[in-house]
Amino acid sequence: MTQPLYDDLHIYLLMAALLLVIGIYGLVRRRTLIGMLISGELIFSAASLNLMAFSRFTAQDPAVGQIFVLFIMGLAAAEVAIALSVMLAVYRNYRSVTTKDLAELQG
Amino acid sequence: MSHFLNTTLVLNAIFFFSLATTLAGALLAVLSARLIRSVCGLAICCLGLSGLYYFLHSPFLALMEILIYIGAVCVTIVFAVMLVEPDEPANDEKRTATLEWGGTTLAVVAGLFWALSRLVLVSTWTNPDAALKQSGSIRAIGLHLLTTYSMAFELISLALLVAIVGALAIARAGRTKP
Repeated sequence: MTQPLYDDLHIYLLMAALLLVIGIYGLVRRRTLIGMLISGELIFSAASLNLMAFSRFTAQDPAVGQIFVLFIMGLAAAEVAIALSVMLAVYRNYRSVTTKDLAELQG
Repeated sequence: MSHFLNTTLVLNAIFFFSLATTLAGALLAVLSARLIRSVCGLAICCLGLSGLYYFLHSPFLALMEILIYIGAVCVTIVFAVMLVEPDEPANDEKRTATLEWGGTTLAVVAGLFWALSRLVLVSTWTNPDAALKQSGSIRAIGLHLLTTYSMAFELISLALLVAIVGALAIARAGRTKP
């Protein structure tokens, strides 16, 4: 009897890889800081899914992976708070969060 | 005993629904032009991810994903979208440049995905002995958090505190007094 599809490590890893590449594509192609932040969150999720899949299938103690992913979520929340406040500060100075307008160092 | 529905079939259907939700949410988050729609896409993606976490035997993290990502992260981003301009600006680069750069990015990303999926499918992943395998229940997570990882847990709370105070300080700095 073959194992059911949802008990297969590969499909989770492929899904995580797909999330990662979608996030990278968005990070490159988005033209506002908020859009880039959202793409970054997708990359975070990909890493979390990877860790969860490995801790479920190949680790001896699956609790460790879950705790690690919990920590990643906490750090992602902190990162979002910081990034959004930086964006508000940028918007106050430039009246824009478009990446093209933030070119003060370009000379 | 006769089953009224094939259990495996139902489980597979729910699993594929979670996968499709995750994928559709991620695509919506990246491809839609209005920012509020991409935030909704991120929320949908996280909903699908929490379904996947449930299938990975972790109902605790499935709930945490909904609580933290949809309840906190997405709501915070919605606030930021309300405070700054809501839409991506119209694409003012030339059509050839769009095609060129979009095509290059797509090619690089597709190559990366091809390499990663090859790595996943070629390598052999070993499962630990079923006898040594521990449960990973919520009780085990709680015990770990209060014993082995208590230091890391406290550090995370400290990092969150510093982040929140720092965010307040940065966002307040340029404000003129009324």
